[in-house]
Amino acid sequence: MGKVNITIDGVNIEAEDNLTVLEAAKQANIDIPTLCYLKKINKIGACRICLVEVKGARGLQAACSYPVSEGLVVRTNTKEIMDARRSTLELILSNHKKNCLSCSRNTDCELQALADRMGVGDVVYEGTAEDEIDDLSTSIVRDNSKCVLCRRCVAVCKNVQTVGAIDVAYRGMNSKITPAFNKSLGESNCINCGQCVAVCPVGALTIKYNIDRVWDAINNEEMHVVVQTAPAVRAALGEEFGLPMGEAVTGKMVAALRRMGFDKVFDTNTGADFTIMEEGTEFIERLKSGKNLPLITSCSPGWVKFAEHNFPELIPNLSSAKSPMSMYGALLKSYYAKKNNIDPSKIFVVAVMPCTAKKFECERPELSATGYPDIDAVITTVELAKMIKQSGIMFENLEDEMFDEPFGEASGAATIFGTSGGVMEAAIRTVTEVLENKSIDKIEYEEVRGNETIKEAELSIAGQKVKIAVVSGLGNARKLMELVRDGKVDYQFIEVMACPGGCIMGGGQPRKIVKEKAGIDVRGERRKALYNEDKRLPHRKSHQNPYVKQVYEEYLEKPGSEKAHHLLHTHYTER
Amino acid sequence: MAEKKCCCCELNSEKLKRLDQIIEEHKTMEGALIPVLHEAQELFGYLPEQVQQKIATGLGCSLAEVFGVATFYSRFTLEPKGKYNIQVCLGTACYVKGADKVLEKLEQLLGIKAGQTTEDGKFSIQDTRCVGACGLAPVMVINDEVYGKMTPDMVEGILAKYN
Amino acid sequence: MKTIKELDEIRKSVYEKVKTRVGVESKTEKKSILVCGGTGCTSSKSPKIVEELEKGIRERHLEDKAEVIKTGCFGLCAKGPIMIIYPRETFYTMVKPEDVEEILTEDIEKGNVVERLLAKDIETETLAHTLHELGFYKKQHRLALRNCGRINPENIDEYLAFDGYKALEKVLLEMTPSEVIDTVLKSGIRGRGGAGFPTGRKWAFAANVEADQKYVCCNADEGDPGAFMDRSVLEGDPHSVLEAMAIAGYAIGSNQGYIYVRAEYPIAVNRLKIAIAQAKEYGVLGSNIFGTDFEFNIDIRLGAGAFVCGEETALMTSIEGKRGEPRTRPPFPAVKGLFGKPTILNNVETLANIPEIILKGAEWFSSIGTEKSTGTKVFAVGGKINNTGLVEVPMGITLREIVYDIGGGIPNGKAFKAAQTGGPSGGCIPASHLDTPIDYDSLMQIGSMMGSGGLIVMDEDNCMVDIAKFFLEFTISESCGKCPPCRIGTKKMYDILDRITKGLGEEGDIEKLEELAQNIKKSALCGLGQTAPNPVLSTIKYFREEYEAHIKEKRCPAGACKNLVQYKINEEKCKGCSMCARNCPVSAISGEVKSPFKIDPQKCIKCGLCMQKCPFKAIEKK
Repeated sequence: MGKVNITIDGVNIEAEDNLTVLEAAKQANIDIPTLCYLKKINKIGACRICLVEVKGARGLQAACSYPVSEGLVVRTNTKEIMDARRSTLELILSNHKKNCLSCSRNTDCELQALADRMGVGDVVYEGTAEDEIDDLSTSIVRDNSKCVLCRRCVAVCKNVQTVGAIDVAYRGMNSKITPAFNKSLGESNCINCGQCVAVCPVGALTIKYNIDRVWDAINNEEMHVVVQTAPAVRAALGEEFGLPMGEAVTGKMVAALRRMGFDKVFDTNTGADFTIMEEGTEFIERLKSGKNLPLITSCSPGWVKFAEHNFPELIPNLSSAKSPMSMYGALLKSYYAKKNNIDPSKIFVVAVMPCTAKKFECERPELSATGYPDIDAVITTVELAKMIKQSGIMFENLEDEMFDEPFGEASGAATIFGTSGGVMEAAIRTVTEVLENKSIDKIEYEEVRGNETIKEAELSIAGQKVKIAVVSGLGNARKLMELVRDGKVDYQFIEVMACPGGCIMGGGQPRKIVKEKAGIDVRGERRKALYNEDKRLPHRKSHQNPYVKQVYEEYLEKPGSEKAHHLLHTHYTER
Repeated sequence: MAEKKCCCCELNSEKLKRLDQIIEEHKTMEGALIPVLHEAQELFGYLPEQVQQKIATGLGCSLAEVFGVATFYSRFTLEPKGKYNIQVCLGTACYVKGADKVLEKLEQLLGIKAGQTTEDGKFSIQDTRCVGACGLAPVMVINDEVYGKMTPDMVEGILAKYN
Repeated sequence: MKTIKELDEIRKSVYEKVKTRVGVESKTEKKSILVCGGTGCTSSKSPKIVEELEKGIRERHLEDKAEVIKTGCFGLCAKGPIMIIYPRETFYTMVKPEDVEEILTEDIEKGNVVERLLAKDIETETLAHTLHELGFYKKQHRLALRNCGRINPENIDEYLAFDGYKALEKVLLEMTPSEVIDTVLKSGIRGRGGAGFPTGRKWAFAANVEADQKYVCCNADEGDPGAFMDRSVLEGDPHSVLEAMAIAGYAIGSNQGYIYVRAEYPIAVNRLKIAIAQAKEYGVLGSNIFGTDFEFNIDIRLGAGAFVCGEETALMTSIEGKRGEPRTRPPFPAVKGLFGKPTILNNVETLANIPEIILKGAEWFSSIGTEKSTGTKVFAVGGKINNTGLVEVPMGITLREIVYDIGGGIPNGKAFKAAQTGGPSGGCIPASHLDTPIDYDSLMQIGSMMGSGGLIVMDEDNCMVDIAKFFLEFTISESCGKCPPCRIGTKKMYDILDRITKGLGEEGDIEKLEELAQNIKKSALCGLGQTAPNPVLSTIKYFREEYEAHIKEKRCPAGACKNLVQYKINEEKCKGCSMCARNCPVSAISGEVKSPFKIDPQKCIKCGLCMQKCPFKAIEKK
């Protein structure tokens, strides 16, 4: 990689020659405002907010897509530039529904921040934004009257996730982001991963909130309301309260949930331990029979729907084990209900998830083995934070509390479910011990940790070679699954998570864009939080969870039993 | 009303088979989507969802992308056109010679706006960009028949030929 | 596949047959009846004329005495359908299928001229027997259009007869790629599609980039409303474009060309298809052209109705099968273009010049036109002008010459008000600039641009605010929507203009328009957006008082803006016949018979019917 000398606002800098003016300007400590730009994902120069003056070029140029070259002279802050940026921003605002006070992105909106930064005055141009709300999806609400057509969502949906549920349609003033034939997201091939929501700079794509439903349940005296929280939530919830990243806030979260009025506060990780028992057993069986290999994990609901749409031929390979959330819900409404003598129809299970697709999973009719839905309401990390704030709880000052016993007991293996590679690592910890029938000390599998898009390893378990692969992000999954489908690879076990980086980067997590722009490695920090918690827990293997053992002894008999199958397994359908 | 067919009749299996062929022929072509849409529209007269879905699956792109492309180009249409498609040229040469008044008259007589089709499916009006017959401005085209040097008064008589 | 020798033999033998068409005497007695098969004449039934002629010749057994050839555009579309009969070069205009009998009997059989079908020169009022006698052709210099109206575009032999594919032969056998580029550079030819970028420089950029694959694209997506130069070249002389693309391919090191042509041009598309098939058959396209190892193929891609696809990056995105949206530059297409490979894009007219430049030399070409704008330019002249049609003139000619000498002036004794060049990206040129020489730089200086060659003449009845609004409406509906300045900004400008033409203009509107326009020019992503405000800026510049009349006095001086027009009955002229009142569809006119009538402005819907019906011209529009 070569270097070039360029001048930005009179400052001479040496920059790598593959950078854009925007990236190089950072080196000169200049933060050029952007709107449509998304690092590595969307560099299309569409929004014209990052305009700069390049000596010799006609008109102003988009810094986000202008490559540096030797001797380039750039100005970023002349009056002409700032006027042009402001004028463009005013035009964008004229077409944006400005009901900021009732917008769920109020105070957390990139457009608002830009308007503030650029000193936009009163509304200069009258707008024509018409209401066009699509709230038929279980997970995502679209409001095109707020859309600024930056196309980040399209870039993520189409290029990163290769889902292609939405795209730009029509042209000129009529152009809009929409599913084909102007259908609802809920009727489209959207897999509800919420990555579009995560990158939307405004309130055009938002999470479909279940906050009110949960408050109603809590306030309903007749209901026994239990809450379970997914591992990734504790790795990111603190961000919403300004707490340092890299540490899980499990104890504070439990304390807050109890104060909000939940009758019991449980840990989805317990469900994850059951998942490992069932899925691990399934793996061992398939390994022995050689049938339906590779086994592919199925705890990521975005991935499951993606597979149902795009890889129906691989459905038999998906693990039939339910996700930790649903498994746990089924156990709460059966074993837990019986044991505590509660009418299961009076149990309301709330799941706090990092994931918007879990809202869709929750609605799957097949996930109701007890005759009642496994889960009654899913809220995301973002919604939980809102609820905590609504309650007036000073989260950052709370003393740590523990999950309710004994149903809240969970292993470290379950905690790392929240990051890409975690399910695989947890499964291997158990499978190896079961097959080798002895305790293993080396339980940290570096091969499946880290940032690579596709991670693979060849393990030797009980004298047998086992090839595993871990992939996150559906674009990567698609590539891998095409190889699997075409018989070009021979893995025995594959972990797939829909969101790039796994659940910690889910569509229901606190917003990452601003932090990432500031140079924070959001994914790395959240992952660290989970691995740290894993290290601290007394049990780090699912099958060692004493409570799991107890439930099998008392109720489920053994992993893979008929009863376990009835309660803890599911099936999939081609879409 | 007899003219307007339901989509199930139009999307008969013979045409759909032909569509499969078209897709197959273009599979290895770079940038095949637009040529395929052209041929599909030629075949069906418009681009209904079922057709676009087949194209998306066949060419390995998303339906949303096909829809995005089909709605970008004004030549592609998602609605069936009338038996007689009336194009009024609104190119500059025609405009300065009063093409807008011809269009206005046409809209008034047929009771529809540009871009719409009459209820009986007989006529549709389209305002188009320069058809390139500027020497004859203002120009109106009905299917393949070109009518030049139009005045609003001529519209009624011409329409009568098609009734 | 033909050898060079075989091609030469075809050239020689066919030339004997066709040379009368270029004024060379021929021993042949046989007459050639050339009928224009361009879109304009086709629309007014020229195919029917050809059919009738062929039938008549068959029935009268005149096969030895005459043949019929369907050609490309002769240019004088206003007088179409056009027919020329060689060797006498008799120029018949406004021919109808019914005239065929008489033409065959009188002209072909008896050798007389059918005088009633001759055109009258507007200035001299005399009958023109040949096209050279018409003022319309006198100042023209047909170079890009050299073969239009001269050859049968569906017959490669006729193209060959006029040195067709000789230039390709020359570059492949005698020149290095860099010599080709040098020649094009020295000719000074600039892109005829609009901005006027030197063609040779474009080629040189692409030639200098190393790549496993490069492309040559031809921009035939002529979207400028009121322009049909490129269509005429493709319809009349498709091989010249194919030949030039192959030359360009050789120069930059590409073996694949694409012609992106509007689907709205079915005749052009069909002729291109025929031409490509014939060129392949003769081996002037394909592999081992002229026995060398040079290979070149051309594919046609149809546009689908998007003006923005005339922009180079948008055109390439469209060929890639996507929404035709422009992308930011750099990287320029010469480095990273179609499918990510180095690509050159040239407009049809530019390409049509290339074979001539190669054969006759750069100096010959640069001797035509002006120093900085060499060669000729084709214009599609339309609007309020007598000789509507296609003209090709040397650069540097004045607008006055085009409008009056060639175009024959304004019809109905009206006054010239403005000429619009450059389409939606250009501007209006007022009467005060009629003597401006037409070249890239002079036009730019007066706030317009060359554009692709549409030239629309407007008279006193055209309102300039309305024209500006017309062009903005065009831009709005053709904006791709990718960047806000174009997507939203032009709409805001349109809204202001719309208010002004409806009598709702406010003090400060002109300044608001200017400010928005400047910001759009600076900020928009592509050329379409950056130039979209030009029609507004140029009309404000030259016709500011007309804007002010709309805003301040709520008056449209041209009487074109419906909301600002008032119909009044001139009491002195009105005889009280009641004709107006009886014809008024909304009963807005009342009065006593035999005394002056009155129009109630509250009820009047300004349909103008009363004015049409009044036998005494007593109704005035103000």
